[in-house]
Amino acid sequence: MNTSIAIAYLASAVCFILGLKMLSSARTARRGNLYAAFGMLLAIVVTLTDQRILDFTYIIIGLVIGGCVGVLLATRVQMTGMPQMVGLLNGFGGAASTLVAYAEYLRLSGDAAIDVFTASDVDTVVIATIALSVLIGTVTFFGSLVASAKLHGVIRSAPILYPMQKQTNAVLLFAALALSGVLVYDPSLWYIPLLVIGLATVLGVTSVIPVGGADMPVVISLMNSYSGLAGAMTGFVLNNNVLIISGTLVGTSGLILTNIMCKAMNRSLANVLFAGVGADYSPEEAATEQKTVIRYTPEDVSYVLEHAQSVIIVPGYGLAVAQAQHVLHELASILIKRGVNVRYAIHPVAGRMPGHMNVLLAEANVSYDLLLEMDRINDDFQNTDVAMIVGANDVVNPAARYKKNSPLYGMPILNADKARTVMVCKRSLNPGFAGEDNELFYLKNTMMVFGDAKATLMNLVGMMKKEAA
Amino acid sequence: MSDALIISIYVFVLATFVGVEIISKVPPLLHTPLMSGSNAISGITLVGSLIAAGEGFGGTSVILGMIAVVVATINVVGGFLVTDRMLKMFKKDRGRQGAAS
Repeated sequence: MNTSIAIAYLASAVCFILGLKMLSSARTARRGNLYAAFGMLLAIVVTLTDQRILDFTYIIIGLVIGGCVGVLLATRVQMTGMPQMVGLLNGFGGAASTLVAYAEYLRLSGDAAIDVFTASDVDTVVIATIALSVLIGTVTFFGSLVASAKLHGVIRSAPILYPMQKQTNAVLLFAALALSGVLVYDPSLWYIPLLVIGLATVLGVTSVIPVGGADMPVVISLMNSYSGLAGAMTGFVLNNNVLIISGTLVGTSGLILTNIMCKAMNRSLANVLFAGVGADYSPEEAATEQKTVIRYTPEDVSYVLEHAQSVIIVPGYGLAVAQAQHVLHELASILIKRGVNVRYAIHPVAGRMPGHMNVLLAEANVSYDLLLEMDRINDDFQNTDVAMIVGANDVVNPAARYKKNSPLYGMPILNADKARTVMVCKRSLNPGFAGEDNELFYLKNTMMVFGDAKATLMNLVGMMKKEAA
Repeated sequence: MSDALIISIYVFVLATFVGVEIISKVPPLLHTPLMSGSNAISGITLVGSLIAAGEGFGGTSVILGMIAVVVATINVVGGFLVTDRMLKMFKKDRGRQGAAS
């Protein structure tokens, strides 16, 4: 690699780091993304001047096809479909790593140098990283495809369990690693990389298929991390530091997000991947019959809201399912105009991927300074007149605080029950994903309003407007 | 081990620390754009794909390289565009802010 190319790659790496750094504030984030995109453009242009490139035909075909598909995907996707989209893109990143590493293997074995390099120390490392790139890249590709298909509803999102699941995955992983070892020992065994790809394909599918739909935020984050790691390994294969830097940044980013998601659900990563939680979910049995709830009408709620001075809205994924973000924003705007202090409390797992709920509300024009994360708003509930829960359940279940045998126990929750009045807008009394009955619904200060979130909120908006006129 | 490899390992370890430092400063508000944006950055594998597709050796290696260029380009273009689309929506309601203060 000549000096000017190396320096340009360093400049791209700096652009990536600056771009990610600017994501620390919503004000600078968009510019940060542009910096990163510029870094990428620089890296691509500089690579095209590389003297190793002799023929541009395939490059141009590839860039044009990829560019068109990319633009189509990015402009067509809906904000609710973002998790599938990111999952799919992760998968493509993984696939690219596998292909590049395998092409490099073919090139090396096509060279006459193959017999000499078996003895060399450096090339041992190259072969080992080729095997790892291929392995991680393929697992990422097929794992992401399964995750996206589950999120998109193409395949059943409930955990699909099979016997000896942990053992199967362990054996597959061990076999793939052992084969990689064999390849390092004798790089001329051309069929070994193909076997690794085959095993990794099966592993990608079998490791994601037992995970339930509600745990997908973890899987998507993990796949994000894998795609970065696969890129970093490819960097070792090609001895290219910009690949190593970018891949590593993405790898750590995915790991940090995975960790945040696991903490927010109070589960270990192993538990998410292997336990198949939610497989035996049966709402009818779980609902208790002795307790009674008091049913309120939207009129009652509008009366309470009229006298409220502070409102915290707790949105859950049910809000997005009902497509009620816009009408919720309308209601909030009416309240804000009347001088009510309205804020949104966003639990880390509200939505189908990290930060998903914020994007959905931003799309509905909710100002981002009203979107507060759990730690920043949790102490404010006790001084708040109304906590308005729309489409959320497990994240406000007080059982998480003390009920030791509950699957929710220990999970950090929003203290919605501490508010003076709790308003819950929900379709039915069915428990959430964890199957734990929510005692918040039976509290004395809770007003349950049953029905479709969108219809209820529209009803409320209508009444509040009439009141104002 | 060769010097080049040692340097690569240095880069890898140091980049991990940089990653942890900058990523943990990203607020939960922006975690989705962080994922799609960082995902686009991991499409840097495109650089490797370009060389594999253009080496002119012909045969399987070049075809694989071309497919790699296609998927990596989807990753890069789709990732950056969709991130921009999301970040564009994050707005502060200035009118209300002004009225309140």
